Amino acid sequence: MISKHLLVGVLILSSVSALAGAVHQDTAPASSGETAKHTAQPQDEGEKLFQQHCSRCHNAPDGFSPRISGTVLRHMRVRASLSQHEEEVLLRFFNP
Amino acid sequence: MSSPTFIPRTAASAIRSFGYAIAFLATAHLAANRAHAQDTPLISGGVGFFTQTYGGDTTFYPTIEPLVAAPIGRHLMVESRASLFEFFTPGQTGYDHSHFIGLTYLQADILASRHFTFVAGDYLIPFNTYNDRLSPIWISNFQDGPLIANLSLSKTGSGLGGMVRGNAIERDKFSIDYAYYFSARSANEQFGASRGSGGRSTLYLKEARLELGLSYDRLLQGTHENFYGAHLWWEPKDTAFRLRSEYGRGHHAHGYWVEADYRTPAFGGLDSWVGRIEPVFRIQQTFRRDNVVSDGLPSANTQRADFGLDYNLPHNTRILTSYARQFSSTGDVNVWETAIVYRFLFPAWKGKQP
Repeated sequence: MISKHLLVGVLILSSVSALAGAVHQDTAPASSGETAKHTAQPQDEGEKLFQQHCSRCHNAPDGFSPRISGTVLRHMRVRASLSQHEEEVLLRFFNP
Repeated sequence: MSSPTFIPRTAASAIRSFGYAIAFLATAHLAANRAHAQDTPLISGGVGFFTQTYGGDTTFYPTIEPLVAAPIGRHLMVESRASLFEFFTPGQTGYDHSHFIGLTYLQADILASRHFTFVAGDYLIPFNTYNDRLSPIWISNFQDGPLIANLSLSKTGSGLGGMVRGNAIERDKFSIDYAYYFSARSANEQFGASRGSGGRSTLYLKEARLELGLSYDRLLQGTHENFYGAHLWWEPKDTAFRLRSEYGRGHHAHGYWVEADYRTPAFGGLDSWVGRIEPVFRIQQTFRRDNVVSDGLPSANTQRADFGLDYNLPHNTRILTSYARQFSSTGDVNVWETAIVYRFLFPAWKGKQP
């Protein structure tokens, strides 16, 4: 019984991972900026803003499509009280 | 085992509510033709498989937490998050199972300026930090929340009404943010909430990477109770060390938690196999002020220490493992937990390239 449940869980995770794999093929070079979160040497204003406002709560995602970078920032703007200028700086940071 | 931080609503109503969010997505799709190419609505969230052995009983619960966010124009955004999970718990003759589907929040954000964002709908109450900042399964370092996570005026963790939030003061050295809300009483199964008001103010010292905050809630129905909270977060510059802590005090109980986590860049950076290892530690205590157990905290004074070891796999996947020892006059228990969590984030549809 338990092994059946485990199998279902693994199948769900595998399916989502496969779906994500397909999506990852379409991700932006923004990911290089994102994964730079832990490099611990601020390279520009965008990275500094990212460390101050975003990574206080969560680890950076490995990458995401440039088509949603504006939406991601709008979502963050509500939570981190970003100014429009900061939103634009972070947008350039995500889409160098 | 620990209960989730909200009370799941019925499946049908939650599906209907999440359907509203999808309808907003469709509206956003129409608006997107006139919007910026980077403003495509997104679907995000986490999917995970959790196991917990609490005092010898093992529970399994696969979980999905989807999130949708759809900007409509430059100043409006609609967002929602839901939670779907199946519990497999030990029964008399094997494992019983039950499922829950719950809407976590559904809100519209009006971004007037950095100083004022107006939020309307069903929103997460900004009391301390766990509820609205750390509760998503793809963010938490431990699979279960702190013991004081439910200590605020609403057992659902959400309010129904309006909230204003934003940045009050911004300087080179520090910033002060705020979030204040008013919630109406609602017995609606989709959007249950208590009548009350409150908020949170946060001071952030940029050089020290130190965050200090104070929270206050007042219940405005039945016995008017006050809730007080304080939090302190510290992330030293140029390190991958994080310290987070909270204190909460209600009418009948109070408690605190302190959590620390660390990743070392010393062996090939944080993306090396060693750098992906993340030891986590949390200690927490709760204290009862009287015998009225109405706030979600344990019925007796409790102390608990959690020792965790997480591993950050590539492609937004994390493995969470932990052992906890909980001490209480009602009985001491061991809690073993393991989980794998995957975070997804992609456009709601294929749009034009920016």
